[in-house]
Amino acid sequence: MWDYSEKVKEHFFNPRNAGALDSPNGVGDVGSIKCGDALRLMLKVDPESETILDASFQTFGCGSAIASSSALTEIIKGKTLDEALKVSNQDIADWLDGLPPEKMHCSVMGREALQAAIANYRGEEWKDDHEEGALICKCFAIDAVLIEDVVRANDLTSVEQVANYTKAGGGCASCHEGIEEILAKVAKEHCTAPTAATRATPAAVPAAAAAAPRLTSFQRMRKIEETIEAIRPMLQRDHGDIEIVEIDGKNIYVNLKGACVGCMMEAATLNGVQTKLVEALGEFVRLLPASQMAKA
Amino acid sequence: MAPIYLDNNATTACDPAVVAAMLPFFTEQFGNPSSMHSFGNKVGFAIKEARAKVQALLGAEHDSEIIFTSCGTESDSTAILSALKAQPERNQIITTAVEHPAVLTLCDYLEKEGYVVTRLGVDKRGRLDMDEYRAALGPRTAIVSAMWANNESGTIFPVEAMAEMAHAAGAQFHTDAVQAVGKLPIDLKKTKIDLLSLSGHKLHAPKGVGVLYLRRGARFRPLLRGGHQERGRRAGTENAASIVGLGVAAEQAMTHMAFENTEVKRLRDRLEAGILAQVPRAFPTGDVTNRLPNTSNIAFEFVEGEAILLLLNKAGIAASSGSACTSGSLEPSHVMRAMGIPYTAAHGTTRFSLSRYNTEAEMNRVIAAVPPVIAQLRKISPYWGDKGPAENPEADFAPQYA
Ligand SMILES: Cc1ncc(COP(=O)(O)O)c(C=O)c1O
Repeated sequence: MWDYSEKVKEHFFNPRNAGALDSPNGVGDVGSIKCGDALRLMLKVDPESETILDASFQTFGCGSAIASSSALTEIIKGKTLDEALKVSNQDIADWLDGLPPEKMHCSVMGREALQAAIANYRGEEWKDDHEEGALICKCFAIDAVLIEDVVRANDLTSVEQVANYTKAGGGCASCHEGIEEILAKVAKEHCTAPTAATRATPAAVPAAAAAAPRLTSFQRMRKIEETIEAIRPMLQRDHGDIEIVEIDGKNIYVNLKGACVGCMMEAATLNGVQTKLVEALGEFVRLLPASQMAKA
Repeated sequence: MAPIYLDNNATTACDPAVVAAMLPFFTEQFGNPSSMHSFGNKVGFAIKEARAKVQALLGAEHDSEIIFTSCGTESDSTAILSALKAQPERNQIITTAVEHPAVLTLCDYLEKEGYVVTRLGVDKRGRLDMDEYRAALGPRTAIVSAMWANNESGTIFPVEAMAEMAHAAGAQFHTDAVQAVGKLPIDLKKTKIDLLSLSGHKLHAPKGVGVLYLRRGARFRPLLRGGHQERGRRAGTENAASIVGLGVAAEQAMTHMAFENTEVKRLRDRLEAGILAQVPRAFPTGDVTNRLPNTSNIAFEFVEGEAILLLLNKAGIAASSGSACTSGSLEPSHVMRAMGIPYTAAHGTTRFSLSRYNTEAEMNRVIAAVPPVIAQLRKISPYWGDKGPAENPEADFAPQYA
């Protein structure tokens, strides 16, 4: 049985705002019947103030999908559309006092429904770009598709590298067999590809970075700062932001803000930023959310 | 009101007689059966007695054909790996698409190691195609592994006939009978079955004890090598208390076999008919004319199984589901998918599995409790309108990503 919080149970057994809304002006349909999750979010938006006057949902899904839908409608009612867009899937999960890692996708679905419904209200086309794979790393909630993408993009060849780039496998280590299988699968593609002969085996550190000169600690700190500064505008465009909290050896702790926060997206963002830092510094660093500072 | 347990295919309660028989082996007769002193001198005899009781339940010709193991999974693994090791000239495994993960996951792994795995499909009712099976058998087939009865739908496979066919091709035949033992009469000496797995906790014995039946003369290679226990075919000090418990459970199963196939079956039929009479857009899955007497698996369309279970649990009813969410995987049950049950129904499959401890009064309570649970969830399902399912549910509600 899942370890659901009392709040999840409460919102599952007594969902708020369930059922069809009378003449909504923003509707978002997301999910997949294949995976057993589907959510329709309906909004009534005041065109003057762009305030969400009412919200309701219809959900086909498990306990946490229904609870996440219910939570979402409660969170966004009364917010303006711009405010609502700042609600991340982590906000939904936090509001419910947490979700099991296997169930984080329910909160992601909630956030996607919100984006879809607002896009529908604004007459825009909303396109989802993430594909979800089987959950591999339960400690950090990282799925197979993400790991495979990162392995392919960075020519990774070892479990340790995968942990450095994605965090997957960096916890209890029980998913290492699964990660090795993904590595083997990607390696096999390389073998049969015509470019195989010209493809150099990746060094332990990305090649460009390996050549970088050694930095003093001051230069290193500056470099980390510069790299992060260069990335910020990109995140801000997506209503997110990042700040450095602490640099402790090869662990760099940051706070992600706004739209960056949230399980799957957060992992992907951290991962991208980490890759940039590794390249800039010419050494392996691990980018971690500040929330993990105590644990490390 | 006392909760109602209808999840006996997952595991069962220990029979009180089983528990009573086990207790002395924790405190008084705790010695090692291999030792010379008096702390264990009754243990060897008790194990022998248990072996005879299991032999009787299975209709095995010799008591030495019974090997005690730690669980059904170990028995399955031992059987399949043994067949491959003992017949290195044969590299093919034939199994079915609806086996328990104890078999399927191992076969997936062996396939990666280079073995050839043939997975026989099933039809809408969960039945195998014997012609497809015949065509798959060949001179390189090392072992056929087909379950006697399916844990999700209860569908029974014609394993006796399949064993004959395997033998004709010179292959060994294994059956995972974890769900069948104790519910269906079995007489192995009249069959060509070489290997059979059973698990104690499905027949009111404790968890963590199982049996591998190994026909005398069938080539065998142990999984665990070490001491001389189980005649060197399964090393490791015997789980004496649990083996004794399993013996008593086997004896009880023999006593209750007729009851299981009359009274338990009647209660199951009553439950199923009672639910189907009240809930629209619901249907039983599997081969309803040829299934375990205790199992009813009902697909409720347009609702999701985990949500059903949570609401049933609140009403004091324990069942299980083939939905993806209950297992944390991305796809609903492989058994339901193999039968071609559409996703809108597969996620809502709910299994009610009874035991001899269930009562008529309990069935009445469940029949009353299920319809409002389904109605409540349909009310908030985007696939369900005011009066019934949306005209064309999958087209009407077509989310933007899949
Ligand atoms: C058909 C079948 N095979 C094997 C098993 C595994 O048995 P055990 O839990 O004893 O390993 C089960 C039980 O879940 C089962 O239903």
